[in-house]
Amino acid sequence: MADVTFTVDGKQLTAPKGTLLIEACRKAGIEIPAFCYYPGLSLQGACRMCVVRVEKMPKLQTACTTPVADGMVVTTESPEIAQARKATIELLLGNHPLDCPVCDAGGECELQDMTFKYGAHQSQFVEIKNHREEQQWSPVVYFDRPRCILCYRCVRVCGEGMDVWALGIQNRGSGAVIAPNKQDHLECEECGMCIDICPVGALTSGTYRYKTRPWEMSHVSTVCTHCADGCKTTLGVRRADDGMEIVRGDNRDKSGFNNDFLCIKGRYAFDFASREDRITQPLLKQPDGQFKPATWDEALDFAGKQLREIRDTRGGKSIGVIGSTRITNEEAYLLQKFARTVLGTNNIDHHRTADYPSFLAALKAKGQKEASIRDFADAKAILVLGSDPTEQHPLLAWQIRNNVRNNQARLYAANHQDIKLRRQATGFLKIQQENYGALIAFLAGNEKTFEGNANAAGFREALRKEESIVIAFGSEYRGRDIEALIAFGAGFPNVKFACLGDYANSRGASDMGLLPDLLPGYVPVTGAGSFMQEYGAALPQTAGMDMVQMFDAAGRGELAALYVASADPVKRFGVDPAALKNTFLIVQDMFLTETAKLADVILPAANLYEKAGTATNTYGDLQLVKKAGDKAGVRSDFDLIVRLAGHMGHDIKSLVPFGKGLLADFGQSRGTQSGEADRHAVWLTAHQLELKASPFDPFAIFDEIQRLVPAYDLPRLDLMAGNDEHLKSDLVQIQTGATRRDLVLPSNDTLFTSGTLGEYSQMLHSVMESRKQSPAETAAD
Amino acid sequence: MAAENTTIFSPQLAARFDRLVTLYPVKRSALVPMLLYAQDEIGYISDAVVAEVAQRIGITELDVRNVVSYYSLMRTKPVGKYHVQVCTNISCMLRGGNELLHHCSQRLGIGHKQTTPDGLFSLEEVECIGACSWAPAVQVNYDYHENLTPESMDKVLDQYRAKASK
Repeated sequence: MADVTFTVDGKQLTAPKGTLLIEACRKAGIEIPAFCYYPGLSLQGACRMCVVRVEKMPKLQTACTTPVADGMVVTTESPEIAQARKATIELLLGNHPLDCPVCDAGGECELQDMTFKYGAHQSQFVEIKNHREEQQWSPVVYFDRPRCILCYRCVRVCGEGMDVWALGIQNRGSGAVIAPNKQDHLECEECGMCIDICPVGALTSGTYRYKTRPWEMSHVSTVCTHCADGCKTTLGVRRADDGMEIVRGDNRDKSGFNNDFLCIKGRYAFDFASREDRITQPLLKQPDGQFKPATWDEALDFAGKQLREIRDTRGGKSIGVIGSTRITNEEAYLLQKFARTVLGTNNIDHHRTADYPSFLAALKAKGQKEASIRDFADAKAILVLGSDPTEQHPLLAWQIRNNVRNNQARLYAANHQDIKLRRQATGFLKIQQENYGALIAFLAGNEKTFEGNANAAGFREALRKEESIVIAFGSEYRGRDIEALIAFGAGFPNVKFACLGDYANSRGASDMGLLPDLLPGYVPVTGAGSFMQEYGAALPQTAGMDMVQMFDAAGRGELAALYVASADPVKRFGVDPAALKNTFLIVQDMFLTETAKLADVILPAANLYEKAGTATNTYGDLQLVKKAGDKAGVRSDFDLIVRLAGHMGHDIKSLVPFGKGLLADFGQSRGTQSGEADRHAVWLTAHQLELKASPFDPFAIFDEIQRLVPAYDLPRLDLMAGNDEHLKSDLVQIQTGATRRDLVLPSNDTLFTSGTLGEYSQMLHSVMESRKQSPAETAAD
Repeated sequence: MAAENTTIFSPQLAARFDRLVTLYPVKRSALVPMLLYAQDEIGYISDAVVAEVAQRIGITELDVRNVVSYYSLMRTKPVGKYHVQVCTNISCMLRGGNELLHHCSQRLGIGHKQTTPDGLFSLEEVECIGACSWAPAVQVNYDYHENLTPESMDKVLDQYRAKASK
């Protein structure tokens, strides 16, 4: 739209016609206070804090509802305006309890800040305050009525933003009150957006309330460990007896592609990290089947010696390695390097939740066609095939809803279930579960009819009129179906694709070669030239055993040793425990999982919140992972792999090329403990390491990844600053046309489950319990 | 739309609601009239009324409750057979509305928003009922009684008592 020119506080500004005055001012660095106004949500005009003087208008105007106009002359700060705002605050404080010293929001409260700024410390009101007891609406949501200033932010974010509509306003005037949908409790997605967006302490969370004060925490910006959307999250951590405890998760600084969005898991499900039953010392299985604590040296010596002996006597082919979907890229990479160079085996796999190899092979030679999660925020049209983004990709669902609401994007979806996103859809096609492949043939025009469904033709017609579209598909599509889908999609003039996997670093595990037939960057094991050159060692040239073949081999007594890093394949794949009775099993994990119970050696591992490195979300967005939490007694998977190699007698320097100078980590990735070179020295000393030359430096490995995997060769500075970088996935070196077993096993997680981690989150359990007690009505839909 | 056999309303009212939701550009415009008709038939806006109205319009029960709680003329608890609403807004107040309210309270032995034990009368102090020219005025159910004094109020109450015992 055409620009208009206007004057604010004597400064001449220009903004597109239709821009709200408050937004135009904020863009120009002029801050106008507001409680009810919130970018991206509908206008409320309730709080009267944003009043400004506009020349030729008779009264003060609310900047949040006034569009800019040509020649407008605005004053945003004057004694008159300050007085108006002061009076507003005085009214808001009329029945406010002023319990700031115990309020969760104290110290980061917008009402407190405004009172401080405008000085409404004296009040004309002498009436007795009207007190109400606080209410618990769900395991995570508490409501303290007198603190509420009725800005309606929570009501709008719940309805418009989340499409849940669980909060409303009841009564009117001074009796008005925020009300939950089930009269005395909430039935919702428990995302906590209402709590996060509350400018005061009226809505507080069950995990954080009365636990600490904002200024007692350190804040670390890292990546969420749950689903594959990879939301950026700021973790509030506090010193505890045994390390650093995570007490809060939010993204209030709105950094990253998720802006201020987090779902229940990102916001609250970090409690697994501080569980009492975490393994915090190495355990060795005794002849009687009991685990006995051991020192690190004992455990690593034993594990290293056994592994070396098995490798030397029975060969690398008798050893298997299973990696994780929740470790960093550097750890995944290091694990495959360890397997291939130290153990000499290609028997390496992970729990696959999407067929990334087929996806990237199909995309190859099509140019840069992979969609970033950012693309869903402004795409003109979106097609979602399979998956249930609301449950499995909450951020994707949020991006799509916002795009449909604010930019009138058109959403097309086809699913075998009545997914919630159909409410935003221009076209929704319900199909049989087995017909996802047939749907592509129909959409591509190869079939005249589809399932005898009369709506299908209209759906296809509308879809094919789109010129610019982003297509996301779930694990329903694998192998040839993906190939067909990409071929169909390539018919749109402007198209991008996204393949939806399930876990925080499922994509990284796949990209980093936790596969029996593919090296990092999807280089076939038969063409390992550049890797052998870099490693200075020979690599096994034939494809190894996949997950299923490994357990079959174990059952036949042909798998002498298995090394499992932060995964629970026994539970996930329903492996018969008896199959592993003759296999020497090393497991590193946080908890005594089904797999760990069968182990000969258990090494206590750190989780994604307790380490540094990078992670890749399912859309191919690479982000920096920083260390936030800390638990005495545990070590990162990276650390454990290096130490195990060392105890096997391997030259560590050939595994981690550390000490190569300027590219080493100067502490940017360490989180709370540092940030600058001098503090990095403190961290290294605390870990008994040498300055700038640590074999546990993930960035030494990241250097190597960038040398060997062209898709990951991205600008480093931006990444270090905490920004996401989109992979150059067109540079993947995969062979096209090869047939592979996809072995995809979807996690089928909901909003309230999260694989193994979810099982150890007390908070997620209590939310699921509370929902069982109050069966769902259909009202919200 | 609720099937006829599951409605809590009379067939006539259910039919009326079926038509009402088709009259407006958006269904939810029918919310307030539906609630008032439902209140007349059921006596108050019960949870069952909220549920069925929400379902008929296709909005959440929370949305319905938000509206119900906004309007003082919608009630969520039963009232007496004759709901006596005494206006004490400015015109009526100047002409003795408060005394009238006090008198009713004495006579019926109940206070604001209370119901007699026999369920015959309930009393409510209300804001302006639009009868300022004939103040003080009282509304019983939908009938107006105007220019009242404590004595004429007694007669009004007696009339209703007699009507009930017929």
